[in-house]
Amino acid sequence: MEQADPSSQRSLQPAPLEPLGGPGAVVEASVSEETAGAGREGSGVDMMTENTFWLKKIEISVSEAEKRTGRNAVNMQETYTAYLIETRSVEHTDGQSVLTDSLWRRYSEFELLRNYLLVYYPHVVVPPLPEKRAEFVWHKLSADNMDPDFVERRRIGLENFLLRVASHPILCRDKIFYLFLTQEGNWKETVNETGFQLKADSRLKALNATFRVKNPDKRFTELKHYSDELQSVISHLLRVRARVADRLYGVYKVHGNYGRVFSEWSAIEKEMGDGLQSAGHHMDVYASSIDDILEDEEHYADQLKEYLFYAEALRAVCRKHELMQYDLETAAQDLASKKQQCEELATGTVRTFSLKGMTTKLFGQETAEQREARIKVLEEQINEGEQQLKSKNLEGREFVKNAWADIERFKEQKNQDLKEALISYAIMQISMCKKGIQVWTNAKECFSKM
Amino acid sequence: MDGERASEARSAELAGESPRGGAAGPGGSGSSSLLQADVLDLDEDEDDLEVFSKDASLMDMSSFSPMMPTSPLSMINQIKFEDEPDLKDLFITVDEPESHVTTIETFITYRIVTKTSRGEFDSSEFEVRRRYQDFLWLKGKLEEAYPTLIIPPLPEKFIVKGMVERFNDDFIETRRKALHKFLNRIADHPTLTFNEDFKVFLTAQAWELSSHKKQGPGLLSRMGQTVRAVASSMRGVKNRPEEFMEMNNFIEMFSQKINLIDKISQRIYKEEREYFDEMKEYGPIHILWSASEEDLVDTLKGVASCIDRCCKATEKRMTGLSEALLPVIHEYVLYSEMLMGVMKRRDQIQAELDSKVEALTNKKADAGLLTEEIGKLEDKVECANNALKADWERWKQNMQNDIKSAFTDTAEENIHYYEQCLATWESFLTSQTDLHLEEDSEDKL
Repeated sequence: MEQADPSSQRSLQPAPLEPLGGPGAVVEASVSEETAGAGREGSGVDMMTENTFWLKKIEISVSEAEKRTGRNAVNMQETYTAYLIETRSVEHTDGQSVLTDSLWRRYSEFELLRNYLLVYYPHVVVPPLPEKRAEFVWHKLSADNMDPDFVERRRIGLENFLLRVASHPILCRDKIFYLFLTQEGNWKETVNETGFQLKADSRLKALNATFRVKNPDKRFTELKHYSDELQSVISHLLRVRARVADRLYGVYKVHGNYGRVFSEWSAIEKEMGDGLQSAGHHMDVYASSIDDILEDEEHYADQLKEYLFYAEALRAVCRKHELMQYDLETAAQDLASKKQQCEELATGTVRTFSLKGMTTKLFGQETAEQREARIKVLEEQINEGEQQLKSKNLEGREFVKNAWADIERFKEQKNQDLKEALISYAIMQISMCKKGIQVWTNAKECFSKM
Repeated sequence: MDGERASEARSAELAGESPRGGAAGPGGSGSSSLLQADVLDLDEDEDDLEVFSKDASLMDMSSFSPMMPTSPLSMINQIKFEDEPDLKDLFITVDEPESHVTTIETFITYRIVTKTSRGEFDSSEFEVRRRYQDFLWLKGKLEEAYPTLIIPPLPEKFIVKGMVERFNDDFIETRRKALHKFLNRIADHPTLTFNEDFKVFLTAQAWELSSHKKQGPGLLSRMGQTVRAVASSMRGVKNRPEEFMEMNNFIEMFSQKINLIDKISQRIYKEEREYFDEMKEYGPIHILWSASEEDLVDTLKGVASCIDRCCKATEKRMTGLSEALLPVIHEYVLYSEMLMGVMKRRDQIQAELDSKVEALTNKKADAGLLTEEIGKLEDKVECANNALKADWERWKQNMQNDIKSAFTDTAEENIHYYEQCLATWESFLTSQTDLHLEEDSEDKL
């Protein structure tokens, strides 16, 4: 009754090791056309509607990036990059893929989609977008958003985002997401019509809840702590990696100078000349090999960055829980105080201070009818309150259950992805070492022949 | 020119029997004393050698002390002594730097230990202490005695850039090694090795050395020589023979290139050091991370340990660079300056001749006297040129070998570094994939 079985879920995860750059990563996703609006406030996972569900294998790729100029909201000229999203449906039988949809989107539309998903699926760890601005740069990388390398890596990141959403058992069924892939014009209006911005919890409310909640589920508190640690350690790692990359670049590139000087020197040497010249050539090869090496490492850094940003997604789920829990606690407290008031009125004792009580004291006693009326109102409110509390409780428990299920899914994904990333890092290092051995062995031979 | 001959025959000193002749007279203002060289028996290893005789007065030096005879200038086109340790009979080490503090100054002395089987040494083992000034003195004497030989360079007096404290440990160690090299190069040089001042330097006690130093031409006459040298060297350039023009071109080009290589190599060292410093921080972050990741502990710790090991390998590579490459390149930077000085001195000697020849053509002075002087100067020029030519070939050979070794060793260091890192990462990868296979098979059960 829950989401798709675990094994197909495994295959839903895009493997970050494969060059994400290649368009057409195959994803097995269930896409269903929802007739109703996509509003789902923390509801259960079971969303299969009988007559409209079909399982389609689709390929999603962000295949191109293009610089555009246009007018923005305040009618000013601006330059931005647009990305081409292509969706292909793959026929089950013969594996041929047919282009079904292709449209252009810019980064801000991706942001809009994600914000929408955050509001409507607060119990889901929503995949993060690639960074808006280049951070953790080392000197060679440009921090400019228009820089082609940055744009390329962002293209890959956006594709990765779509694949993650498409392979998420819950998110993949969202209509707005489907429209994002298929409806170029008017999509923004459609999203805004859902009114999701209004449904979003205010930051202030959330902050307040975080501070004042009394009994949050311990697991969420731990998760918050974990996500803080994750964010801190990955940032630190990325910073140091960038510095190490910078230094490594320096070491390799300075060797390139040998090439030039050896070549000039060889002109005056009779016996040493040849050896010097060819050794110099190898020094050039060595110096230029670092460019590819560091580019590969950049992809590794991007994999880590994704999980850096995932930390925030985790915290968002925790915040929602705290908010709901606080809401529940407040409602329970309210109810309790109303009950007490009612009791006091009924028995005539005033144990607690109340304004009503004060005014009664000051301005005279109520009549019996007045008191009866008030008790009746209170009893109604109490009734309502108890209903509400019951449903809030239920909601809260549902939320915790669903959220935790997604968190478990996320944890598995994270462990697998990070492990693969670390292994790919080792593979990169191995390749770098092998290249180094080859170059220096060649150089040594030239030197020994001098 | 037969004259006094103090033959100091020594056996088995060179590859072949060689009676050596030597004679010297007291120093003084250029009084004539004769030096001779004999034809040496050739060994099949040795090439042609230069045979010449010269009149000591033609050398504008008086570097010998009255006490001991100067060794003869025998030129052999030399195979590196370093390659034939069994022929080496003079072993010198420089070690144990010690700081001395007096009221006036602080300075460092180095212990020089000499072991030898040569007859002219009173003993077979000597131990003395010398300071940098003493080395400077020795070098000066050698340059005076052999103006057109390529004297090994001394390490710089001080290095301005990056020197915080005059006597920091790295500086002292680098200098010690360079001084060691300096003395051994002299010992290996076919001519310089028999120089008297060299012997005194190696063997005399402190007070003996001081009094020995005081002999010889005074400071003023030496200064006079320097001024004359600068003035006349310019003239000598004009009539430089073709082969020396070529030599000079080579020296200029070489000097340029070796200086660049020195800069590049120093820069590489600096970059490697900075890389190492950053790497040191890199590994521990993974350990920190593993504290919050249950399932990734092994992988993270594995990566951390690989990084740390590569870090150590980097350190080793740096050390290799600073021992195998940097000192060699730097020595040749100093050599290239030395060579330019040698060139100047040769030019200056030639200039003396040229000016006398000019004087003769202009009939400025007594023709007879001039002709005689010219004759002597011509001999002097020929000697100087031949000395330089022979030493030049020797120097070039050495240079090629040294550069070749230095770079080959550096390449070897780098290969070793990458091999170590490769092994580290490969074993990590194996452990991870083995684990992976294990886990998979567990799941399937």
